[in-house]
Amino acid sequence: MSAPIYRVENLRKEYERRVVVDVEQLEIYAGEIFAVVGPSGAGKSTLLRLLNFLETPTYGQIVYRDRVLDGHIPIETRRQVTTVFQRPVLLRAGVRDNVAYGLGLRGQRADGRVDEIIAQVGLQALTYASAHKLSGGEMQRVALARALVIEPRVLLLDEPTANLDPYNVGLIEEIVREQNRARGTTIVLVTHNVFQAKRLAPRVGLMLNGRVIEVGNTQQFFDAPHDPRTAAFVRGEMVY
Amino acid sequence: MDELTRGFFQAIQLIFSADPALYEIIFLSLRVTGLALLVSTAIGVPVGAALGLSNIRARGFITALLYTGMGLPPVVVGLFVYLMLSRSGPFGVFGWLFTPSAMIVAQIIIAFPLVSGLTMAAVQGVDPALRLQVRSLGATRAQEVWAVLREARLGVIAAIVAAFGGIISEVGAVMLVGGNIEGKTRVLTTAIVLNTRTGEFSLAIALGVILLALAFLANVAMLRLQGKS
Ligand SMILES: Nc1ncnc2c1ncn2[C@@H]1O[C@H](COP(=O)(O)OP(=O)(O)OP(=O)(O)O)[C@@H](O)[C@H]1O
Ligand SMILES: [Mg+2]
Repeated sequence: MSAPIYRVENLRKEYERRVVVDVEQLEIYAGEIFAVVGPSGAGKSTLLRLLNFLETPTYGQIVYRDRVLDGHIPIETRRQVTTVFQRPVLLRAGVRDNVAYGLGLRGQRADGRVDEIIAQVGLQALTYASAHKLSGGEMQRVALARALVIEPRVLLLDEPTANLDPYNVGLIEEIVREQNRARGTTIVLVTHNVFQAKRLAPRVGLMLNGRVIEVGNTQQFFDAPHDPRTAAFVRGEMVY
Repeated sequence: MDELTRGFFQAIQLIFSADPALYEIIFLSLRVTGLALLVSTAIGVPVGAALGLSNIRARGFITALLYTGMGLPPVVVGLFVYLMLSRSGPFGVFGWLFTPSAMIVAQIIIAFPLVSGLTMAAVQGVDPALRLQVRSLGATRAQEVWAVLREARLGVIAAIVAAFGGIISEVGAVMLVGGNIEGKTRVLTTAIVLNTRTGEFSLAIALGVILLALAFLANVAMLRLQGKS
């Protein structure tokens, strides 16, 4: 296994004194696909915001590429990581402008890369459509395309296929796999869908009440979990 | 009724007659209101945006102040500016009273709360998740603010147009501080008051039609801008 790109130790996030994320230890390795599963409200999205440096931890810190990050995070570092959010927010503009947005922020031109990625997610027919008229699944694909076009080192995906039909789920999963294989992008995938975690990620972690309960390679995690709570979650018997 | 019809036709004639006095009044109105709008936009949009984006504790208080300012009676603003600029007032040395400068100052005070208050409301109306989204895509602090303003642009344009409509049609303040001096501080609204009083209805109607047309054009321009996005 390669070196960790993230090392998280005693990381805590509280909202109004309520602990939402409390991770004792977690390592994410450079170039891997790591899946995070867990019930609603477990703190998965909050963990992603922390990994994207969008929130300040209440306690603890994140070591990213061997650098301890606290306080001010340089823009060059921030620009290596991006998130496809659970509820994508598009700009009041056309599809193409939305996809090109991150390039513009970096002073780059919206060139052929943009159209290539729009085609990849199957939206060429909507290239010049207004983003606010898209369906939920189309918006989600625009959000994925605009994250891919900036070629991030780390891609955080929060339920990226939640609104998609089976055909598009397959399409997106293949894009994610390809991105990881061809570019070595580190991917953290949050999903409710344990089958998707199985299909995409060699390593999986379970979050429960803000804590990371168990991390393991996928086969062991699903077939022979150490923690009874993991077993219950995997069998779909968890009560929450 | 007869008088009204006759006045109306004379008004149309006047508008197309290129009467220099009439055009001087129109030009001065546009100059005073245009400059006042420019200044209140240049200050009001950043202030409104900053208020809409920040979480400062005093925001509730400042919002209450701005909303009160949006409802200020122009004539009270005129009185205030009059006192400030009168010979014995603190800014009397400028000698601005009864000049277009005084009218501009008064209109800035009327327009500023409108521009900043409505800009603030527009900025607050932008989905808060958008800021996280653009930051995640690599926006600097300044790029993030710009993205929010761009999302709020329809509301910001509406704020500027509302302020334009408010001050171009305002009469109390410009009358007090400008004095309605012919060829010097006479604008559309004060000219309408004068001509109505002296029974020159056709001129008053002509001026009224022009005023309406200006307000109409401003709104058409706004709708076109909104339609583009
Ligand atoms: N900005 C916030 N302010 C206050 N509470 C928050 C905030 N963000 C999240 N929370 C709370 O933190 C808890 C975890 O939220 P989070 O969105 O991380 O869960 P999740 O695991 O992603 O859930 P889901 O699977 O439903 O998306 C929730 O109880 C939520 O109400
Ligand atoms: Mg979530």
